[in-house]
Amino acid sequence: MATRIDVTGLTAYYGKFKAVADVNLSIEPKNVTAFIGPSGCGKSTVLRTLNRMHEVLPGARVEGKVLLDGEDLYGAGTDPVNVRRTVGMVFQRPNPFPTMSIYENVIAGLKLNGVRKKALLDERVEESLRGANLWEEVKDRLGRPGAGLSGGQQQRLCIARAIAVEPQVLLMDEPCSALDPISTLAIEDLITKLKSSFTIVIVTHNMQQASRVSDATAFFSLEKTGDPGRLVEFDKTSKIFSNPTEKRTEDYVSGRFG
Amino acid sequence: MSTATVSGPAVDSGPDRLRLRGQSLPRWVPLAVAAGAVVVSLLIYLLTPVDSEIQIVLMAALGFLIAMTVVSTVVEGGRRARDRFATTLVYTAFLLAVIPLIAVLVSVISKGAGRLDAGFFTHSMNGIGARDVGGGIYHAIIGTVEQVLLASLLAVPFGLLVAIYLVEYGRGRISRVISFFVDVLTGLPSIIAGLFVLAFWVLALDQGFSGFGGALALAVLMIPTVVRSAEEMLKLVPNELREAGYALGVPQWRTILRVVVPTALPGIVTGVMLAVSRVAGETAPVLLTVFGTNLINSNPFSGEQSSLPLYIYSQAGQPQKFAVDRAWAAALVLIIIIMVLNLIARVFAGRNRLK
Repeated sequence: MATRIDVTGLTAYYGKFKAVADVNLSIEPKNVTAFIGPSGCGKSTVLRTLNRMHEVLPGARVEGKVLLDGEDLYGAGTDPVNVRRTVGMVFQRPNPFPTMSIYENVIAGLKLNGVRKKALLDERVEESLRGANLWEEVKDRLGRPGAGLSGGQQQRLCIARAIAVEPQVLLMDEPCSALDPISTLAIEDLITKLKSSFTIVIVTHNMQQASRVSDATAFFSLEKTGDPGRLVEFDKTSKIFSNPTEKRTEDYVSGRFG
Repeated sequence: MSTATVSGPAVDSGPDRLRLRGQSLPRWVPLAVAAGAVVVSLLIYLLTPVDSEIQIVLMAALGFLIAMTVVSTVVEGGRRARDRFATTLVYTAFLLAVIPLIAVLVSVISKGAGRLDAGFFTHSMNGIGARDVGGGIYHAIIGTVEQVLLASLLAVPFGLLVAIYLVEYGRGRISRVISFFVDVLTGLPSIIAGLFVLAFWVLALDQGFSGFGGALALAVLMIPTVVRSAEEMLKLVPNELREAGYALGVPQWRTILRVVVPTALPGIVTGVMLAVSRVAGETAPVLLTVFGTNLINSNPFSGEQSSLPLYIYSQAGQPQKFAVDRAWAAALVLIIIIMVLNLIARVFAGRNRLK
């Protein structure tokens, strides 16, 4: 389990608009890597290129290479569906399937891909919900609708749903921005725990969060609106927040800009 | 020098310095004004040569509107008077809109309920002339049910697939062209659909009149309604749910089938039921393609059938009392069937509402 990701010369477009240009970074396995930067700098876009979710939007395309343990995600013959089974994703707003119960939500990825064995599904539900620190709260009401949970619980349900398909990598796109501080703490604890089995990449607007949970941090920025975003600096989190090489990084993390 | 005060225009000191209170009419005043308007117009009705009830009712309404506005302007001031004026107009418009609906229901129930007995539901018109008592709508109900069912079987899957294409896959020119033709079809007069099936299916392909021909014409009318309502419902499904599906490694078609369509299902069902209700009352296309008969024909694929609208049309066209009574009763049955379908759709839609 857990895989390294090497991004080289990555440029992402929305139609004619170049959103991010020339990103190079290496994400270590079983590490938490945080993407920080001002709005519109392309951190979410880069995240979405890591499991080929970028191209789901009409007109969006990608140049460059993303290697997952040496295999090119954008190589000929790579099936995006298989990529997404290997690289799971959690979104900004909790999005449990409204027509499904908690139980069905967790195993949605398995069931929609044809797994039918009840015993295996039961086992995986408990395993995933325990993995997402949600089991104790919902074990007595697995048949209830997933949308009936609180926001923080829903987000953990979505994490359980993502890890139930046993991915190698977990991408999180501002997973706490819609949550209160207590739920945020629960998710952050969870991230620290999940690190032992997954490679985690998290986009966040919250710099304290980045410094709390991540091992490495990538700072993205853009010159001005309309320009493509660029990777400014990528290093160990401790270095980015205490002694960054770039002036712009220092300005941003110290709150002087952005 | 002084303590900080909020500066503002000087206001009279007194119990209501901020002018929060205002004069308002007691609640009985509108009722009294309404009663006055009615009394005055009744007097006009009795004492003057004006003897049209409609004019009197309109006069009472107008009198109430004017008197209420004047009273309110004097006592309450301009803003509240305008509010009352608008409120009165809105209520009047509502009443005017409801009157025809209630009038239709009352007249159909009062004229149709008399013939609603077991025999009416279990007999056809076989051997019954216009002057005869008796006869029934068994054959017409069978026809309507079979034709509408067949039409739905043709139109619903087809319309749903078109809607899915338009929302989930359609890009560029093809989807715009399809969308345009769906719009054109929505405005298609129903008799044109009937003529099309008559010319193409009944005559050119020499299939003869049959319930299935009617179902074809009704399906042509249903498809655009189903497409449009399903399209709107699918568009309402948040994109995040689709992305959640893709991010789990679920292929697009499966995400649509298992996530998107179930989420939109209550709305789609409601739309389908509306389309069904609409075509269940169609007469012209059925007349041209099914033709109508007095006999029971439960095979929709061969020979003329009847249907409730056709039955109403043929019975109401005859000058004898018994025939007209049968038409009213059949109209009541048609309304009840459509209402039951709508209720079922509502219950279904309510049960599956997004929580």
